[in-house]
Amino acid sequence: MKKSALPDPFEKARLEKGFGEVEDQEDPVIMVLRHKDVRKCAHNWKTFQSGAAPGRIVVPSEVNIRDTRQIPFELDPPLHREYRDLMEDWFRRPLQAPYQAQLSAQISAAIEEVLTKDSVEVVGDFSLPLQSRALTLLLNIPFEEAEKWIAWGTHVFRSEESALDGDKANILYDYIDQEIDKAIEHPGEDLYSVLLASEAQGRKLTKEEVKGTMILTFAGGRDTVINAVTNSIAYFAEHPESLNRLRSEPEIIARAVEELIRYFAPLTHMGRVATEDAQVCEHAVKADSRISLCWASANRDAAVFENPNEVVLDRKINPHLGFGFSHHKCLGATHARQILKTLLHVLIEKVESIDIQDSVENIENWGEFNRKVGFDQLQVKFNALK
Amino acid sequence: MAKITFITKDQETIVAEADSGSVMELAVAHNVKGIDADCGGVCSCATCHVHVAADYMDKLEAAGEIEKDMLEFADNASDFSRLSCQMKITEAMDGMVLNVAN
Repeated sequence: MKKSALPDPFEKARLEKGFGEVEDQEDPVIMVLRHKDVRKCAHNWKTFQSGAAPGRIVVPSEVNIRDTRQIPFELDPPLHREYRDLMEDWFRRPLQAPYQAQLSAQISAAIEEVLTKDSVEVVGDFSLPLQSRALTLLLNIPFEEAEKWIAWGTHVFRSEESALDGDKANILYDYIDQEIDKAIEHPGEDLYSVLLASEAQGRKLTKEEVKGTMILTFAGGRDTVINAVTNSIAYFAEHPESLNRLRSEPEIIARAVEELIRYFAPLTHMGRVATEDAQVCEHAVKADSRISLCWASANRDAAVFENPNEVVLDRKINPHLGFGFSHHKCLGATHARQILKTLLHVLIEKVESIDIQDSVENIENWGEFNRKVGFDQLQVKFNALK
Repeated sequence: MAKITFITKDQETIVAEADSGSVMELAVAHNVKGIDADCGGVCSCATCHVHVAADYMDKLEAAGEIEKDMLEFADNASDFSRLSCQMKITEAMDGMVLNVAN
C-alpha cells in the first residue's frame, strides 16, 4: 500500500447494509453510506435538519463547547437561504483575477521556500501556513494576521489529549469577539465589516450572528484545506507520472482538482438531526436522533464511480460529494478549489519531484470504521525543476 | 455552427455561437449569469442548470443516468432541465433557447 493511499473503510458496510453506527457522547449517530442515500438525506431538510441545538450536527458533537450557532450552516430553509444569499458573492471572490494573482504569489513563495530545504514537515510547516495566508485573502485582511493563526497549530478544536478541547476552541472564539469589536469601531473592507453592515430578517446582523459566520469560516476551512494540501503533496510524491502528465496537459487541472477532492474527501461526514421518525436503508431513525451524511463513503460508491479507489486524474463524470451536497454545500468551495488549482499550477512549474522521508498517519475512529483522513506528520524533500 | 440563446433569471438575453465544446463552456465564455460551473464540467455541482425550450428537447442526446440523478435534487428542476456541461454542442442546437434555472 502506498503511503499516499487513503483506503475506503466503509465498503463492506455500504454494500451489506448501507449504514454504520457511531457512539458519540451519548448521542449516537447513524452514518449514511451510499451515494444516493447521502444525497437524498442531504436534500431532505424537513426530515433531517441542520437547525438543531448549536454544535449538535457536528460529529463529534460540539454541544458542550459551543453556544453560538454557525451561520448559514446550522440553519434550515427558508432562513438559511436568506443568510446564505448575503454571503454568496463574497465567497465567489476567488474567481476574480486580483485574488488569483495574490494567491498564486503566496503559493509560489511557499514552494520557493521549501525548495531550499533538505527536509520539510508538510502539515505544520507548509500546509498550515499556506491555508492561513490564503485565508487572509478570503477575509480581505492584512497578510500578517496569518502569523497569529499559524501559531494556534493545526487543530482549532482538538488538542493532543482530546478530540474536543473547549480551551482551544475558546482561543478562536475570544479572538473573533475581539476582531468583531475592532470592525465595529473601525469598519473596513473586510468580511467582519461586510457582515456587520448586512441585513437579514429585516434588521442588521447581530454580533452573535457575525461571530457564528466567522467561526464557520475559520473552522470549516482549516483541517479540511490542510488535509487536502498535505494529501496532494503525498499523492504527487508517489505519483511522479501524474505530475508529469499535468505538466504536459495543464488543461486537465480543473478535473484533477475535483478528482483529488473526491478521493481525499477532506471532511469525512456531517450530521443532521431527525425531526420525525424516519428510515435510512430500512433502518429506523427515531425523531430527535442523529444521522450523518458520509461524504467519504459516498465518494467511493462503485454504483456511481468506476474504479472508485483509484485517482483517475481526468475523470470526466465526477458527481463527488467532497464539498457536501444540496443547499448546504460548502460555501468555501470556490476558495478551496482555487487553492488546489493554484498549488497544482505552481507544482508543475517549479517542482521536479517530491521524496517522502517519513510520515505519521491521521486515523479517525468512527465506531466500527477507522478512516485515514491524511497525516499528522509528513516529512518530505521537494526537488526543484531544472 | 449553432446559435444558442440564453435567457437569465433577470431576463437578460445573450446570444452566442459555437461549433464545438459544451453549452456550459459557451455560457461561461459569454459570462451568462447563473451559469457558475463551479466544478468545471464534471457533473458534480449542478451550477450550470438550464431549462431547454420544449421544441428542442427531442433534438438533444438524452441525459445520462448521473446527470438525471443530479437533476433530481436540483433547485427549480423540471421535465426540461439539463446540466449544460453535459450538452455537447451540435448543429441540431442551432436556434435553441435556454432559460437559466438559477
